[in-house]
Amino acid sequence: MNGVVVAGGGLGALRTAESLRASGFAGPLTVIGNEDSMPYNRPPLSKGALLNGVDVEALEFPRKSSVDDVDWMVNSTITKTDLTDRLLTLDTGEAVPFDALVIATGIRPRRLPFPGPTQGRFVLRTAADAAAVRARLRRELNLVILGSGFLGCEVAATARALGAHVTVIAADHEPMVRPLGDELSSALRRRHEAQGVHFRLGHTIEATNGGDQVRSVTLDDGTELLADVLIEAVGSVPNVEWLEGNGLDLSDGVETDSAMRVPTELAPVVAVGDIARHPNALFGSAPRRVEHWSIPTETGRRAGQTLAQILRGESPSEAPFTAMPSFWSDQYALRIQSFGMPGLATDISLVDGDLNGPCIVEYRDPLGLVGVVGIDRTSDLIPYRKEIAARSHC
Amino acid sequence: MLTIVVDRAKCEGYGQCVLESEDLFELDDDGVSVPTSGVGDERRDDAERAADMCPMQAITVS
Repeated sequence: MNGVVVAGGGLGALRTAESLRASGFAGPLTVIGNEDSMPYNRPPLSKGALLNGVDVEALEFPRKSSVDDVDWMVNSTITKTDLTDRLLTLDTGEAVPFDALVIATGIRPRRLPFPGPTQGRFVLRTAADAAAVRARLRRELNLVILGSGFLGCEVAATARALGAHVTVIAADHEPMVRPLGDELSSALRRRHEAQGVHFRLGHTIEATNGGDQVRSVTLDDGTELLADVLIEAVGSVPNVEWLEGNGLDLSDGVETDSAMRVPTELAPVVAVGDIARHPNALFGSAPRRVEHWSIPTETGRRAGQTLAQILRGESPSEAPFTAMPSFWSDQYALRIQSFGMPGLATDISLVDGDLNGPCIVEYRDPLGLVGVVGIDRTSDLIPYRKEIAARSHC
Repeated sequence: MLTIVVDRAKCEGYGQCVLESEDLFELDDDGVSVPTSGVGDERRDDAERAADMCPMQAITVS
């Protein structure tokens, strides 16, 4: 028996392994990750760990004793898979056979192909990325951040705390606007501006300039901005290349059903975390990738149950998947917390407080409350979360 | 009986545990999570779910 192989070594891999054990699977379990550490918590990489220094061991997730017997392979990159033969190939040439496969290889930062020097260009996804950025951040540094999503805005806030000069460049017309909507994102931009962050919105970078090292960037309107360091935070690309050639739909991650099963007759396969394009009955039948911190845990829990059932010869549970997406973001002293899918709203309204202070914003679609965002109002979000969870399943 | 422990040095008061299971945790006046005492074993799954959902991984259940 070759057992279950989990491809990927992050939070989704850990939670799936724990769920397999909790669901009664006692066979061989191998986790193959391409970083040199055990699964660790990524959100602090743009916040506390970027401010105070990156200690990856301190960021490691506690692991349940049920996964003590798991074979954890680190620093291992999977180059291809053959679902017919149930075999993975590593970049070392080593072949790893499996009976069932968990796809948990996640995402990587999207890179834009503009010309110019590349030294001084950074992304922020792994602990190694964060350590490299942290080593460069200092007072009076000219930092340009490309991208105004949550990651870009968190890095902007952290870099201001370290005394850097910060400019955020983004094609969007307000920061974090796609999930939050115009009014709240506009208010948050003003809070960043009050902290000294400059924004060049509606623009993108055409080129970097300098010798080997980036010294400036040129925008699409010809403006040149000094840049000692450029951090690119313009979204992500699912790590699916190793799955090609198996007849799977890899157009945006890996599609699954509500039990996290990947539709293939070749082998038992599930997908979890950022890479899994899964349906959620609270938000319609369309499968979506959701890059929220709660998703690897929720999808991993379900995928472990599914795979354990399949390996026992049972049919997996057909229950709808209704996990509540949640995210949070710390920027300066602000704590932004969200439940549901605010980006799906057709109607947005401030229901409590003031957009320039503590507040609660409701996001509604024709079926009711679809998301909520609170700023510095943690406990007050409980009834809103319940209302979203009570949406009729569609 | 479950033993639920919140590491007060790690807790940053995100309240995800309260939002997951409001009868198992509450935020005190310092904004730090305090677990309910005397929780029975039948709530283990809920307590472990709340521990999994803690952004700072400050909760242990035994």
